[in-house]
Amino acid sequence: MAALAMAEPRDADAPAPAASSAVGCRNLSVRFVTERRTVTALENVSFSVENGGFLSLLGPSGCGKSTLLRVVADLIAPSSGQMTVLGLSPQQARLQRALGFVFQDAALLPWRTALQNVELPLEVGGRPRLPAGMPTPRELLKLVGLEGWESSFPHELSGGMRQRVSIARALLGGPRLLLMDEPFGALDEITRDRLNEELRRIWRETGTTILFVTHSVYEALFLGEQVLVLAANPGRVAAQVDIDLPRDRTLAIRETPAFMRVATRLRAALGGTE
Amino acid sequence: MTLAAAIPPDATVSEAEESFRRVRRRAQLRRRLLPLLGIAVFLGLWAALVYLFKVPPFVAPSPLLVAQTLVAKGDVLLANLVPTAIEALSGFLLGNIVAIVIATAFVHKKTLEETFFPTVVLINTIPVVAKAPILVLLLGNGMEPKIAIAALICFFPTLVNMVRGLEAVNPQAMELMRVLSASKRQVFFKLRLYNSLPYLFSALKISASTSVVGAIVAEWIGSNSGIGALIIQATYSFDSALLYATVIVASCFSMLFFLCVTMLERLIVRWQPSNAH
Repeated sequence: MAALAMAEPRDADAPAPAASSAVGCRNLSVRFVTERRTVTALENVSFSVENGGFLSLLGPSGCGKSTLLRVVADLIAPSSGQMTVLGLSPQQARLQRALGFVFQDAALLPWRTALQNVELPLEVGGRPRLPAGMPTPRELLKLVGLEGWESSFPHELSGGMRQRVSIARALLGGPRLLLMDEPFGALDEITRDRLNEELRRIWRETGTTILFVTHSVYEALFLGEQVLVLAANPGRVAAQVDIDLPRDRTLAIRETPAFMRVATRLRAALGGTE
Repeated sequence: MTLAAAIPPDATVSEAEESFRRVRRRAQLRRRLLPLLGIAVFLGLWAALVYLFKVPPFVAPSPLLVAQTLVAKGDVLLANLVPTAIEALSGFLLGNIVAIVIATAFVHKKTLEETFFPTVVLINTIPVVAKAPILVLLLGNGMEPKIAIAALICFFPTLVNMVRGLEAVNPQAMELMRVLSASKRQVFFKLRLYNSLPYLFSALKISASTSVVGAIVAEWIGSNSGIGALIIQATYSFDSALLYATVIVASCFSMLFFLCVTMLERLIVRWQPSNAH
């Protein structure tokens, strides 16, 4: 992104907590000032995700879906509107380590082994202790299917394995909200399918709320309990669609008529977004 | 590089593996022998030219004469290598440490970088031979000006590379640190410093050899001992064999120094930079 995010000071006072929703977003706008013009990345966006939900953010490139995720993570300050994360301000949620973030490139530190990468969150910030009963870095690597790869360096792992490590790292400390920014976008389709299935499993096992950014209709639909369709120029909400597919999903579900019907609806919603 | 050979239709797998190994062994041997052959051809040509054109020894020596001088004057050569080596090593350490400290300051205070970086570039554009007399005037005739010049030569590439290495951090890794609420200090020690090491070592490898150049050039300006002094002495007394022998000793030392830095790099930088995926 060429734009320069203007970090504005903002009061740490949280708006009235909405107890049931993990993320609440009201009339949110984000504008970037660049050399040539002022870009409106998001305009008047409102949505909410309930605790334990799985929301896919779907839209063409430039619709501001990554920006939206970064507002939730307190990486970008909104120009106007309100964002509530777990009943707190994004900043408070970040300081409490209530969020995990998975980036498009795995963003592993190449000089650390897989295990050391997962341990990183325990060494920075306030050097938080792992709460009792929470899965250890080793157990998390096992959860993402990387048992036996603990001492491998990132360059010795495949793209899919690197992304698994970064998911394990984001899950450390049991975040109540997991933000994923096109995490499987750079992977081949076979690996991507497998990770999609595993992500559904991890979501069910951990009970964490997930916001998942993607530009694939199938991925958004297969993963999400809900899909927020965004339109570009300026970024705005085109539709919020509930997905009533069974909780237990295998990839085979993508061939069922029910799946196809919702896919058609999503594509129709996307149709008006260009 | 990976070698691969398709198995011909009339061969068994073990035969094919055996012949593949044979081919690879031969390739390895070639890789080692050919450079040696190159050196031998070069020395032979040199000896032949000196012999055929009857070049007098005060103009250019034969390789044999140089070898004899290396042995006969070994003690003189080594005695003169010691001060040069001390100057080069001290200059290397001083120049690089100062560069690393300043690069760290630059990265933390952008204003400092914007204010002083142009001055640093300006100083760097002064040729070494022009800087040397200035420093001799300032620091006298002892080892200090030589160390200072070697340090100055090392300083610049390290400063530039170190600043680049500290700043060229993966933007998503920076966002990760922010999500984890890492302090500036933690970002430096957990992220920037490691990120800069490959950059630092490529600068250190350059300055390993240039620090020796710096020390020698400084010795030309005014010194009674050291490789630089010996070069001047040998040139003025038309002792070409001693001159060549001195040059060989100096370049052997440079190579050894370079090798040490390379080994240190292999020990410390065991990962592949993230952009090499």
